Amino acid sequence: MRSASGSDKSAARPRRRAPLVAYRVLLIVAVFLAWHVLTATGVLPSFFFGRPLVVLARVWDWFSSGKIYPHLGVTLVETVLAFAIGTLFGVAAGLWLGLSPMAAVLLDPYIKAANAMPRVILAPIFAVWFGLGIASKVALGVTLVFFIVFFNVFQGVREVSPVVLASVRMLGATPRQLVRHVYLPSATSWVFSSLHTSVGMAFVGSVVGEYLGSAAGVGYLILQAEGTFDIDTVFAGILVLTAFALMLDLAVTRAERRLLTWHPRAPEDER
Amino acid sequence: MTEAAVLALDRVGVEWPGAASGAERYVAVEDVSLSVARGEFLSVVGPTGCGKSTLLNVAAGLLAPTSGAVLSFDEPLAGLNRRAGYLFQADALMPWRNARENVEAGLVFAGVERAQARERAEEWLRRVGLSGFGDRYPHQLSGGMRKRVALAQVLILEPQILLMDEPFAALDVQTRQLMENELLHLWSAERRSVVFITHDLEEAISLSDRIVLLSAGPRTRPIGEFHIDLPRPRDVAEIRLTPRFVELHGRIWAALRAEVLKAYAVSQRLG
Repeated sequence: MRSASGSDKSAARPRRRAPLVAYRVLLIVAVFLAWHVLTATGVLPSFFFGRPLVVLARVWDWFSSGKIYPHLGVTLVETVLAFAIGTLFGVAAGLWLGLSPMAAVLLDPYIKAANAMPRVILAPIFAVWFGLGIASKVALGVTLVFFIVFFNVFQGVREVSPVVLASVRMLGATPRQLVRHVYLPSATSWVFSSLHTSVGMAFVGSVVGEYLGSAAGVGYLILQAEGTFDIDTVFAGILVLTAFALMLDLAVTRAERRLLTWHPRAPEDER
Repeated sequence: MTEAAVLALDRVGVEWPGAASGAERYVAVEDVSLSVARGEFLSVVGPTGCGKSTLLNVAAGLLAPTSGAVLSFDEPLAGLNRRAGYLFQADALMPWRNARENVEAGLVFAGVERAQARERAEEWLRRVGLSGFGDRYPHQLSGGMRKRVALAQVLILEPQILLMDEPFAALDVQTRQLMENELLHLWSAERRSVVFITHDLEEAISLSDRIVLLSAGPRTRPIGEFHIDLPRPRDVAEIRLTPRFVELHGRIWAALRAEVLKAYAVSQRLG
């Protein structure tokens, strides 16, 4: 009967959705129109605020000439690497500290300090250590992703239901099997609950890293344009980055849906 | 006694350290001796908060007693009771595994081959009336169905003794009676020993061969023992209407009443 209520809901969705999408499109068109009118009439100086038509033309030019793809590729690779490495370290550290309270107590103040530190400030150090290539951006992204994943896994390990734990032990699980069949899946669900934030952070790490010094990437394009006061290109870069971030987020949502089928998602699923 | 008891508690005591240092230690259970014969269905009944679950955890090896000993087939118990299956009051299924994977978990831990484990899990799902539900995750099952899965999960390992901690307390009355009949049915097929913890006297009488009454806590100890000579097979709903049931209920309730009032008085004072 629950599946019936579920299909009711999905049937109701498209009916309400069509006008909503139209309104959303209308809203963005209105914003661009207002921007255009304000800058074209000179109410806002186009030197500081750009001209939306030029911005859109620039975006179009980037994609039609294919000039943007290598830069997007670099940014994407940095983001994915930062996310993967940061998650890996985060899960490992979270599991370790979650399972050994002694280490957790010992390291607690340092972890808090490292998390409180504005880590973007590490970018110059990473640039010195790893050069202006991909590695320094990945390093920055890793420091951002690591703490999000780490705290989530740490929490996840500590909040494993004691009843489930006792039950699985009674079913004969060895300590290693406990980690594999209880702690890890439980921690994974916490990682996924933070997936949107951590992918977003990996992206921030790459773009900020590029912006602070690089030879490729969308952040580099923006940096270059800013150097020549080409505000239209800066806006074009921001637009592309935003669209890109949205697509990343969409991909994450897809992945989440596939990997977390066991998770009671909507309240309608719960008893 | 000629045959070794499947499980025996020998003058078991359990104490908790006091809340403040130097505070008096809380004696949850004192000097409890119990033994369960092969194939016997024993219920332990006592007022709420009298340390019934504590006793069961001791029997399972999840909790080491402060004094006394636990014997399994005349051998002192070291670590977890490998001969016991434990059915918890709260949901103890792994939410990230579907019903079949939950049922086969114990076999997988023991190193049984995947295909064979799967086959036996399907067989057990069928026996608890859930064939076709193997792919459902716990959150997609009703409370009663989750209890069935938990029952299959424990019974698939063919434990010599089944420890049950108010397993049906959270279910509605109808589902509960269904599950009780189901339990009796499964039990009569294999005749494993059962220790069933409950505060519901009617449930205890309709299921058991023998009932042990516990006093109100703290310093819980057995205060009475009753043999239930009702004929089997039983139907838990019908047997409640027989004169013999009413007579037994009257006798046991007379003994239990004083303890329930005592427990109530304590809870009033604490509250």
